[in-house]
Amino acid sequence: MPIRLEVWGDYALFTRPEMKTERVTYDVMTPSAARGILEAIFWHPGLHWRVDRIHVLNPIRFDNIRRNEVDSIISTSKIRSMAEGRGDGGAIYASESIQQRSSTVLRDVRYVIDAHFELERGKLSPNDSAAKFQSIFMRRAAKGQCFHHPYFGTREFPVDFRLWAGSDEPVGFERRHRDLGYMLYDFDYRDPFHPKPLFFRAALDDGVMDVTSAEVRS
Amino acid sequence: MTERTPIENRYDFTILFDVENGNPNGDPDSGNMPRVDIETGNGLVTDVCIKRKIRDYVQLAMDERFPWRIYIQNRRTLNRLDAEALETEGIKSVGNKDLAKEIKAMKKNDPELDRRLRDYMCENFFDIRTFGAVMTTFVKGNLACGQVRGPVQLGFARSIDPIDVQEISITRIAVTTEADAAEKNNTMGNKFIVPYGLYRMNGYVSAKLAQNVTGFCNEDLEMLWRAILNMFEFDRSAARGNMAVRKLYVFKHGSALGDAPSWKLFDAIDVRRRDDVAVARSFGDYDIKVDESVIPSSVTVDELVDHEL
Repeated sequence: MPIRLEVWGDYALFTRPEMKTERVTYDVMTPSAARGILEAIFWHPGLHWRVDRIHVLNPIRFDNIRRNEVDSIISTSKIRSMAEGRGDGGAIYASESIQQRSSTVLRDVRYVIDAHFELERGKLSPNDSAAKFQSIFMRRAAKGQCFHHPYFGTREFPVDFRLWAGSDEPVGFERRHRDLGYMLYDFDYRDPFHPKPLFFRAALDDGVMDVTSAEVRS
Repeated sequence: MTERTPIENRYDFTILFDVENGNPNGDPDSGNMPRVDIETGNGLVTDVCIKRKIRDYVQLAMDERFPWRIYIQNRRTLNRLDAEALETEGIKSVGNKDLAKEIKAMKKNDPELDRRLRDYMCENFFDIRTFGAVMTTFVKGNLACGQVRGPVQLGFARSIDPIDVQEISITRIAVTTEADAAEKNNTMGNKFIVPYGLYRMNGYVSAKLAQNVTGFCNEDLEMLWRAILNMFEFDRSAARGNMAVRKLYVFKHGSALGDAPSWKLFDAIDVRRRDDVAVARSFGDYDIKVDESVIPSSVTVDELVDHEL
């Protein structure tokens, strides 16, 4: 059963995996980011969102933001020593482990996500059904409810969302074919200890990215 | 101390803060000029700038006491290093008394260990409980354990009107190097100021992440509001000018998932320059209207004020 969600926001950052230190965004939202937005609204272990299409309603525009960031992450071994009563857990001192990193982000984005979900029978309880999940999602999206607030790629860029109103098709921002090259499709989590990135050849046709027939490669 | 149970309601909030003759957040790409959205001329303040202020306030106010420790610190207070020894004494007795023993008994490649350490971190450190953190993990290659997503999420702050950035040239009488002293008797410097800017920042608190991940509780929430209201009171500096939090509006939903889209709630707060004011130079030049009619009855909106200061 398909769902259609309209999402918009001031900024977005769908980081290209090959440009992660000085982050550079993809031109449009990746299917994995769209899935993340849907999961922020409703998710269940036995439910897998499949993104079908992403309609790009606003022109693609970029902006640059440079920020001070810390260059280190928390070390578990130091935490363990602290839990055992030794040391301070290796607190991160912002002034000593600072880096200035720039991000090339998208401005003023608006998309319509077409998606459906598939069920994994083994993880459902007897009274779970597709109809039940569908109505839960529709109810939440209509009321603006969410598990956590969804975001465009990174948490500082919140997503405003609503169900696509009306019966007319969303109209993309341009009338042409635009090749986007290889884009991240999603991660393959079947082996949870070694998630594998998957890529596909992305294109916008009249402002719409169709993922249904995408050939996904790892 | 109140019962430390995770929060049960979703919150959305709006902060209005202003700057007078100061630079609220410099842009490293433009020689520390105040951040400006080039297309609109509106001023920007990043989420991480405000998070830093919140961390600093909590560190200052709670003095590194359990459970208010701050993990990502500004090394400002020297005496906190002296206090560390005392803290480790305190840690042994808090929370899970057998944690150290259990950790020792655990095998190295046990995913549960990561989870326990995560819980331990959340229990001890306010900033991790609130904003989340990224940790290395013992379990190789496992991405999921090392990320703690905190319940509190902030967007960028944006000024209501386009800001006017002014560069002020200043002189100083002292000269740094001997070589300079031989040639000149003073040096010029410059600083950027925004004569006046009123900024708005929206934020979100997820009850579900609080319940499922970090245990962020009502006491933490009170601390967050307190920190926001006071975040500029202890952040004075030559660069900042006069900064103040003017309003903090908190929308409390009747449920954990929420009862209304955040954007509808934020739209209910209308901030605009008064018609008779050509150029805003003070907070009084703005009118703020809260349209209660678009807010569902199950959502309460509160204007928080701080009674401490």
